[in-house]
Order: sequence, then C-alpha cells, then structure tokens
Amino acid sequence: MTALAILNARLLDPATDYDGPGALLIEDGRILEVVRGGATQVPAGVEVVDAGGKCLAPGLIDIRVKTGEPGAEPKETLKSASLSAAAGGVSTIVIQPDTDPAVDDPAMVDFIQRRGAALNLVNVFAAGAATKNRDGQRMAEIGLMDEAGALYFTDGDKVIANSRTLQRVMSYAAAFNALIACRPADPWLTEGAVATSGELATRLGLSGAPAIAERIQLERDLALVEQTGARFLVDQISTAGALETLARARAKGLEVAASVSINHLCFNEIDIGDYRTFYRLDPPLRPESDRQALIEAVRDGLIDVITSAHAPAPAEDKRRPFGEAAPGAVGLETLLSAALMLHHEDGLELLDILRPLTHGPASLLGLDSGVLAAGAPADLVLFDLNAPVVVDAAKLKSKSKNSPFDGRMLQGKVLGTWVGGRRVF
Amino acid sequence: MTDSATVTDLISERLIPFPSPHFLSAGDLNPPAALGLLDLADAFVDFNRQSAKSLDLMHGRTVVNIFFENSTRTSSSFEIAAKRLGADVVTMPVQASSVAKGETLIDTAVTLNAMKPDILVIRHASSGAAALLSQKVGCAVVNAGDGRHEHPTQALLDLLSLRRAFGDVGGLTIAICGDIAHSRVARSNVILLSMMGARVRLIGPPTLVPGDADRWGCEVFHDMREGLQGCDVVMMLRLQLERMEGALVPSTREYFRFWGLDREKLAWALPHAKVMHPGPMNRGVEIDSDVADDLSVSLIQDQVEMGVAARMAILASLANLRGAAR
Repeated sequence: MTALAILNARLLDPATDYDGPGALLIEDGRILEVVRGGATQVPAGVEVVDAGGKCLAPGLIDIRVKTGEPGAEPKETLKSASLSAAAGGVSTIVIQPDTDPAVDDPAMVDFIQRRGAALNLVNVFAAGAATKNRDGQRMAEIGLMDEAGALYFTDGDKVIANSRTLQRVMSYAAAFNALIACRPADPWLTEGAVATSGELATRLGLSGAPAIAERIQLERDLALVEQTGARFLVDQISTAGALETLARARAKGLEVAASVSINHLCFNEIDIGDYRTFYRLDPPLRPESDRQALIEAVRDGLIDVITSAHAPAPAEDKRRPFGEAAPGAVGLETLLSAALMLHHEDGLELLDILRPLTHGPASLLGLDSGVLAAGAPADLVLFDLNAPVVVDAAKLKSKSKNSPFDGRMLQGKVLGTWVGGRRVF
Repeated sequence: MTDSATVTDLISERLIPFPSPHFLSAGDLNPPAALGLLDLADAFVDFNRQSAKSLDLMHGRTVVNIFFENSTRTSSSFEIAAKRLGADVVTMPVQASSVAKGETLIDTAVTLNAMKPDILVIRHASSGAAALLSQKVGCAVVNAGDGRHEHPTQALLDLLSLRRAFGDVGGLTIAICGDIAHSRVARSNVILLSMMGARVRLIGPPTLVPGDADRWGCEVFHDMREGLQGCDVVMMLRLQLERMEGALVPSTREYFRFWGLDREKLAWALPHAKVMHPGPMNRGVEIDSDVADDLSVSLIQDQVEMGVAARMAILASLANLRGAAR
C-alpha cells in the first residue's frame, strides 16, 4: 500500500497521554513513525494530508454494536453499520451476538467476521454468546468461538439469571482467559420495567425498576468473579449505587472492567419528557445524579470503556406507546460528537474522554489498535473539536433512524476516518 | 324541575370552548375552565333528567370511541353522552388480539383519521397512548384511560359529584384509598382535586402506594384509621384481582381486613363523610356492600349519572372549540 503522511495535526494519544502537535507517517496499513512537535521530512512519493491543526486520534473502538444481520436486515446490516461507524470515526466495531440465529457457535463468528471484512470498511469483530441461543442455561462453545476470533462472550441484554450457569461459564472461560460480559440487572426487579422507579415514572404511569436492581445483580456477578477468577466486564453500568460496588471491588484488588453507554453519559430521565420513545433505553435513563456519577467515573478511570450501545430499531418499533416501544438507540455515527460534548459541557479532559473510546477497549480486548505508536494499525480519526453539528436523524447512514440526538446541536465533527491506512470516510 | 326550553337556553349560555385542543390529562384544565365545565355539566344533569333527552349541539359531528381495553361503563357513558348531543357515534371495541396481529396504534390512528372524525375517544392499556394518538390525528382526542397514567374524564365527573354533594370542594379533605400505584383514576384525581383546593390523602399498603407519592403534594398513610381521620370524602379504588393472591397483597381477606371500607372504618372519617368508587366494585374486597349501597353515604350511583353529564360537557365544549357548535 502507498505511504501516507498526515501532517500538521494535534495528536491525541490516550495511551501515552500525549496531546500536542505532530505528524504521522503511515506505510502498509500501519503507523511507521509518530513525529511529535515541529516540522517533518516527508519522503518523495508519499501522499500528504494536511490536518490543518485539527485533532488526530486513534480510531474509536465500539465494543457494543447491534445489527440485524443475520435475521433482521431491514433494521441494520453489517454494511449499514460499517458505513455509520466510518462516518462516526469508529474504526473497529464488535457485533453483539443477539442476531437471529444467535452468534453462539464458531461458524457464526466466522460468518460475521468474514462478511464484515469483505465490506472493506471498518474492522468488524464478533462477540459470542455465553450460553447456547442465549438461553441462560447451556454453556456455548466458548473455546471454539475464542479460537474463531470472538473477542468476548456475553448474552447481551439478557441476564444470566441462573447463578450456577454463570458460575460455570465464568470458571470454564477462565481456562481460555476469555472475557465474559454481563448486564447487571436483577431479572425480577426489572421485569416489565421501562423506566427507573421514581417520581417521574410514577407521574407518567410507567412501570419502573428501582436503581438497586443494578447493584444487586452486580454484587452477585462480582462475587462469582472473585470465586472463579474470570476476566469480567460489567456491561453498561448506569447507576451511582453500582459504581460504588464496582469501586469497592477494585479496591479489594478484583480486576474487573466496566463500560457505560454514551446515552447514559449524555441524557437523564427527564429527557423522556412526554413519552419520547427514542429515549426508551435499556437500561433506562437515570436521574441526573447518576449521570454526574458516571461522568466522574469516566474522569477517574473507574469506567474503562464507553460504547455507543448502538441498537437500531425501525420507526414502526419506536412509534408506539412508550411501554410498547422497542428499547435502544442508534449511536455509531454520533458517538464522537456526543462524547466531545462531555468535554465542552461537562468539563472532561479530552484524553480522559478518548481513552475509554480507544486505548481502554483495545487493551481490554487485546487489540493492537487504539494507540498512536509505531507498528500499530493506522486506524485513525481526524476531527474538528469545535465545529458545530446539528444531528439530522434522517441523514444518518444507519438503516434505522432512532437517534435520541435527532435535532440536537453538538460540537465536534468527524473530518476523516482511516482504517489500516485506508481512508473510509 | 326547569322546563325544557329553559334548560336548553341554559346549556347554550354556559357552553364554553374547551381550554385545550385535546383532553389528555386533568392538567389540561385550569380552575376557571373546570368550574365552567361543571356549570355546563350541571345543566346537562337537569336536561338528562327530562324524558326527551336529545339535543342537536353536535349535529353532523362524528365521535369515534376506540377502546383497546374492555370497558362497558365508560364506553357506554361516552356513547350515550355523544348521542344525546346529536353526534353520530361509532364505538369500536378492539380486541387486544387484532392489535397483536400487527396493526399498530399509529396505523389504527391514521386509518381512523382518514375517516374524518371530529372527536376520538380512546382507552388503551399503555400509558401515553392517548398523547401519542393526539400527535398523529387532526381531530380532538379524549383520553378515556391510558394505562396507569390518567383518566381525566373520571376526575371531572368525580369533581362534579363532589361539588353537587358539598357545594365546593375547596378545603375538603379527600382520602383516595387502595391501589394507588396502578390507578389512573388516582393520578387524575390528585391533579384535579388539588388544583381545585382540596387536600388529598393517599391510603394503601406500601406495595400499592408509590414510594414517591408524597412528592405529589399528598399526605400518604398506610393505616386506614390514621388516614381517614378528619376526611370529608373516602374514595375507594378498584383492586385488580391479579394483584392479589400473594403478588402485591397476601389475600383478599387480609386486604379487606386492613384496607376494605366497611362501617367500622367509615366511622373513623367525619360523620358527614361521603363514599365514592369509580367502579366496577369488588364487593367484599375493597368495599362492603353495606356501605356501597347506602345512599345516605354513598355517591357511587351519582358518579355514574354524573359521568354522562360530565362527558356531555367535555364533548360539547371540545366540539365548540373546533368551530361554533350547531
């Protein structure tokens, strides 16, 4: 592949905490050299991109992306999701196993990754189901899927209620050093719930689950982690109470990672307003105090990963009474702009925002991307930190337009995305 | 009794435009508008007591009642109200199963809207369904109950019954008792009765009263004796049978023992206290027949009669808002 140089950039590398001027030399899809500071000698015959002082960071890695392929292609395909990702500065996506059929055997892992690679857009990986058909009862082929390239194992939005099953999944997975991810949500307290219990849900007449449903389940999960020694990711933490539980476990020396969705960092339950179903999420939106606690947890590193929690739902599934509407929101294309709002409005340092979007997930999943270093894949995003963006859901590349950011003014715009040194946006 | 010509004149005189394009929540009203509607409804009560009960206030208008949940009393109350105003009425009971076949609420709304009704009356099992419908149609929408959210016409008819019994609801202490958590009647009544100056109390077991109900500006009690002390009105709510048998309360007999209204418990309220119930009643569960059927204390029969008059007032003024009636 031809060589490329991106000059005159503001380099942002969370792995080394570097935020300053510099340039990148790229060859054969990998970063050849990172030049920090002033002028750079560019050899002849190299394609040059002048960044014009804009921000250049590792491409984002989004570990929680749902599509409808296979089984529900009108919702989203690997292609439409990849196009969304590229437009959002996301260079790597990890597909959730809740397709139809579920990604619960090595052939399905292979299918997803092959189809993804054939698109020649972004890096597409699969997460495997932890139990067969995500039934929460029978362990899936974790070893074979791991061998086929699955990056981690999860039943997605389904909670493995049976503690014995989860205990076996965790201890078995430990043999492969495989990462297990679970949503902390007590299945009984959250049954039928579409909002967080509280004054708002009561007033709107919506069935709510108490915030402690998250903490209760997390306490169980962490006790099993402690017992089995599994590598573990707390998937989509959303309450201050659960963050306390997580902090306690970390203080005891337990190595557990945690992710949060961009939606829970940007919105609170008030956004539901007059039954706006685009804000019907799972987990449901929380009070502002929880949102603030999550932002603090990103700041101090308690949270390792920010995801888009990309969950496409077509209009017919959203234009329903709130309680009947499908949960979830698309988020790949707006991920970076939304995350940058945490810098502009909530005072987070840029590197602290980018870390859980790049280096955090890369090191959790053992990827060599997510850094600006010689030898790393040239997966990059160039963005204008200050350019205003008005989100128009109708123009999103996703096949589903259920964006809670629709009509919102964001600040921060993706100018270019490179995957393996090739420009995909 | 007033003669028929005078009543008709009185109705025209009191006819007001509805304060909001739709009636989705008790919060769509304001105190003067609520009083105006009550005055109009009072005239309709007199009118309904005549033998000839047909007006042409809504002549040529079409009212569609669409009930996604079974209901006999509310749908017939709306149907009678609309017919007495001279409107053409279609009542569509929609079985839950036909909706499950794939037609969404929005599809139904768009279809109905194309038939150009003037007023849609909707009951649906999901909170917010009436509000959603109102965004998709060009006619006025009346919420006849959406999930556990609101049932605003019930609140207005309760207010009408109370005003006729007490003269003024301002300063009354009203206890709403039972399954507050799942009750749309309770939510609408809390809004409207508080708006009109009543003090509202909520009484029920902790599993049936939302933990944050005190933030509605109501006093919350779990003990009937304590809660009923000094009350002018005791409004009982229906307890859905599926919520008993161990789910939220241990048994019907235990519920009746502690929260069912009988003579003994009624005596804890003020001597002149009146009893209300939105119906249909579970006799012997939340209310003893002895109390429910005693016309000297019970307003329950009145509530049904007031239901028709209140709904006539609502429909007539909504029609009035959308172009001069008649």
